[in-house]
Amino acid sequence: MALSKYRVGVVTFPGSLDDRDALRAVRLAGAEPVPLWHGEKWLSDVVAVILPGGFSYGDYLRAGAIARFSPAMQSVIDGARNGMPVLGICNGFQVLCEAHLLPGALIRNDHRKFVCRDQRLRIENTETAWTNQYEAGQEIVVPLKNGEGGYVADPATLDALEADGRVVARYLGDNPNGSYRAIAGITNEAGNVVGLMPHPEHAVEELTGPSTDGLAFFTSVLQKLVGIPA
Amino acid sequence: MARVVVDVVMKPEILDPQGQAILGALGRLGIEGVRGVRQGKHFELDVDDSVSEETLHRLADTLLANPVIEDFSIHR
Amino acid sequence: MTPSSAAQRSLVDTVKAAKKDSDAQQPYRELGLADNEYARIREILGRRPTSSELAMYSVMWSEHCSYKSSKVHLKQFGDKVPVEAKDILLVGMGENAGVVDIGDGWAVTFKIESHNHPSYVEPHQGAATGVGGIVRDILTMGARPVAVLDSLRFGPANAPDTARVLPGVVSGVGSYGNCLGLPNIGGEVAFDSTYLGNPLVNALCVGVLRTDEIKLAKADGPGSKVVLFGARTGGDGIGGASVLASASFEAQGKTKRPAVQVGDPFAEKVLIECCLEIFAADLVTGIQDLGAAGLSCATTELAAAGTGGMAVDLDLAPLRDETLVPEEILMSESQERMMAVVTPKNLSAFMAICEKWDVTATVIGEVNDSGRLTMRWHGEKIVDVPPRTLAHEGPVYQRPIRRPYDQDALNGDHGNGLPRPKTGEKLRSTALKLIASPNLADKSWITDQYDRYVLGNTVLAQPEDAGMVRVTDERWRVEHDGEDSKLGLALATDGNSRYTRLDPYAGAQLALAEAYRNVATTGARPLAVTNCLNFGSPEDPAVMWQFSEAVRGIADGCQQLGIPVTGGNVSFYNQTGTSPILPTPVLGVLGLIDDVSRRTPMAFDQDGHQLYLLGDTRDEFGGSEWAYVMHGFLGGKPPAVDLDREKLLADVLINASRDGLIDAAHDLSDGGLFVALAESCLRGTTGVRVIVPDDVDPFVFLFSESAGRAIVAVPRTEEVRFTDMCTARRLPATRIGVLDVLESAIEVQGQFRLPLAELRTAWASTLPDLFG
Repeated sequence: MALSKYRVGVVTFPGSLDDRDALRAVRLAGAEPVPLWHGEKWLSDVVAVILPGGFSYGDYLRAGAIARFSPAMQSVIDGARNGMPVLGICNGFQVLCEAHLLPGALIRNDHRKFVCRDQRLRIENTETAWTNQYEAGQEIVVPLKNGEGGYVADPATLDALEADGRVVARYLGDNPNGSYRAIAGITNEAGNVVGLMPHPEHAVEELTGPSTDGLAFFTSVLQKLVGIPA
Repeated sequence: MARVVVDVVMKPEILDPQGQAILGALGRLGIEGVRGVRQGKHFELDVDDSVSEETLHRLADTLLANPVIEDFSIHR
Repeated sequence: MTPSSAAQRSLVDTVKAAKKDSDAQQPYRELGLADNEYARIREILGRRPTSSELAMYSVMWSEHCSYKSSKVHLKQFGDKVPVEAKDILLVGMGENAGVVDIGDGWAVTFKIESHNHPSYVEPHQGAATGVGGIVRDILTMGARPVAVLDSLRFGPANAPDTARVLPGVVSGVGSYGNCLGLPNIGGEVAFDSTYLGNPLVNALCVGVLRTDEIKLAKADGPGSKVVLFGARTGGDGIGGASVLASASFEAQGKTKRPAVQVGDPFAEKVLIECCLEIFAADLVTGIQDLGAAGLSCATTELAAAGTGGMAVDLDLAPLRDETLVPEEILMSESQERMMAVVTPKNLSAFMAICEKWDVTATVIGEVNDSGRLTMRWHGEKIVDVPPRTLAHEGPVYQRPIRRPYDQDALNGDHGNGLPRPKTGEKLRSTALKLIASPNLADKSWITDQYDRYVLGNTVLAQPEDAGMVRVTDERWRVEHDGEDSKLGLALATDGNSRYTRLDPYAGAQLALAEAYRNVATTGARPLAVTNCLNFGSPEDPAVMWQFSEAVRGIADGCQQLGIPVTGGNVSFYNQTGTSPILPTPVLGVLGLIDDVSRRTPMAFDQDGHQLYLLGDTRDEFGGSEWAYVMHGFLGGKPPAVDLDREKLLADVLINASRDGLIDAAHDLSDGGLFVALAESCLRGTTGVRVIVPDDVDPFVFLFSESAGRAIVAVPRTEEVRFTDMCTARRLPATRIGVLDVLESAIEVQGQFRLPLAELRTAWASTLPDLFG
């Protein structure tokens, strides 16, 4: 079956910003991008879901705190528990943590400023649904842009994440936001749910990104899905 | 109807950069003796008398606070 | 009904009352209206205005809304529209923003606007709402906003108040733009002591639409509904209305309303998406955003431009604060509000989209052909005016103009006695000091707080010469086999207030020329101009001279360059006490590139490429960064303007880019050649070895600010073609060196060697050291 038959959804919440970028990345990876609306419980028969960056519902209470309760998220949570690949980028990562699909939380950057820069990362887990096209230890450069990107969790949780190899990506060079143990992204035990603070969807074209290093996140999920009836 | 106040503050073990910034500013203002600052959120809810303690607790625990990083207290 | 609204109803000033007690005293002076202006209002209405009408006239006839002091000068922008530009101008000045045709069915609308005073009072909110306001202007034209730029001026970088104002302004620009999902792709930041009590925050927004989708601010068709949608109306920015509130509402008069607006970027983001969905479904006949003068402006402008009449029930406007009186509602500058004119047939579809986005929408009135704008408050008529008299027929003044007394002295003192560095060692230390000065230092402390990536179309962003975005959308991809368009927009803003102080005519043209050159440097063809004219008090004849000279310079310059002014904004009264700011016209130039993959970036990163200096270098240091940084001196004449040369240079840069003859280019401006070399090296991966031409003084060569120049990096394989092109077009092109990947330094042969690491430290640490 052609890859383009695989429907990958991107949920738009009120205040989502990088939804178009995520849809473009899905398209460039070769799948069919499907816009999903936060108010719809039905996920339009997609086989994987991306929660994009932005400020869902304004993020006035806590980033991701309200998006978690949307009808679409109820279906995403059910799907994630049943093995559907879910990638949360930036605000999407915050939503996944608020929804308890991933442990820990994201707080204001330690320097208290929004930061947008090209960030070096090391991919530390290449077994997940979203990173299987990377080489172990591969260094990549993708944009990072966040105001509340500091990953925090209690020491026991952090130790468990490290022990289980669930740290998916780590910041190299200066820690850009005060994340504990320089964690940039993590996965759940099953490896189908990944949360990532930097933005691979902004690094999919030579023309507009600092690199095309981000594209493999989106091709990875297609490799994962090959063989699964679409 | 009653006014219920819910205060939410970062857990002591979580870094609070905003509180740290305020502490730093106090030093620059020449104010001494303040050992720590933690910034939090203050919610005022106008609540019917029929709303139970348990409901309030659930409301605070699921929405107003993120128990992974924050503690909350309810004052009715 | 609350008791207060019952009280309001009984105390409100009505048309009936105004007819009855025609001699009642009214606080028009406190509202900023002159005696003759008040007399004219009475003449228009044939009675005294009601207090609601007085509120409307006072805000609509303010300098800010009526352009009463600048109108007679701005007329030149229309009178001098270049012939070649008339075809591309789909909507000219006067609408919310001009619209230009860029081909392939696309159109672009862009505009720059100031939010200076609010940004001094409350830097974060002032700057944030400045971004919000200009974005709504662009949206109102029917366009999807696609990028923002910001041009900022602050007091001395080390002044204590700058430490309050700058971080607040930057976080305000950043947080609002970031929350809207608009990439910030450029702009500038400069420091000068005259901005200490009066920073400048000028925000530019650019939007893209199809030529068949242009929306105008007009209320057409009797029976059409007037819908107010977006945020509720609160007491934002209505400090002035307190005069009226206390006059008509003494019993419970609010003492003071906040004069600062507070923005809600999330509400604006939702409003943008809601509007774009409404536009796509073609559900409005006219639309207007609510900015300065709020409802007064939106109702009068819509009514004046359409069928001619409108009836509004003001008490239907949804309020955030139920105690607001009609005068306050009319003057409120609450953000994130829009007004649409919708036919009865389309109303339910319109409302359904608003509901989908959870946007409050309320029908508050109806279009009619009465020629009058009337408003009722709980059934009582409180406004009955001819709308054109507010929107278009406000007062116009020919303010007195006088060349400043000190102008001749200023121009006569050329600073010829200022000591110049003579040795290699002195040139080196001058270079280091300049590059570390706040105006020339790395601005990434500021620009890293802005999202430049969102929307995925950013091809170039700061610190590049111009920001560039690809113009594409889903509709294009569907029509073109899923491929994105290659068309791109380039935008640059520039302004040099020291040049303008020395010669406002030339200074404004130099700003225009620099923005034009910056756009061409990236390979894009300059197409249209917007401007934000920041000046002191128009009641000061010396300021008015600066203003009139600058406007004349821009209008003449645009005519000569063949690019029209499509819109802009005037900001007067920028002064601390009676000391005005340096005159600061900020020019924004929009350019077009057929194929974004052909863009020319500024970074030097190809070993062995030949370095050419294009243009003529003269001994020009009037108003220069060198004189300012090294000697704190301002005097003499600014660099000479040669707009024909600018056109020639632009042609060469554009053709060289299209034909692949150059790999990097950077324009020369503040700080001259050395600063341009440093910026291109630090942006890239190579150093440069530079040779000073025989007949040139090294100091002049490195630091002169002669206009009409750029540096380019030419691959050896293209060198002959490139130099042949320059020769054929008679553009001076001097080979001054070579890019060298092994020499990680700027080496000026026979003078000095400055390692890039040392240069980077000096350049990059200035702002972080100041602002943390």
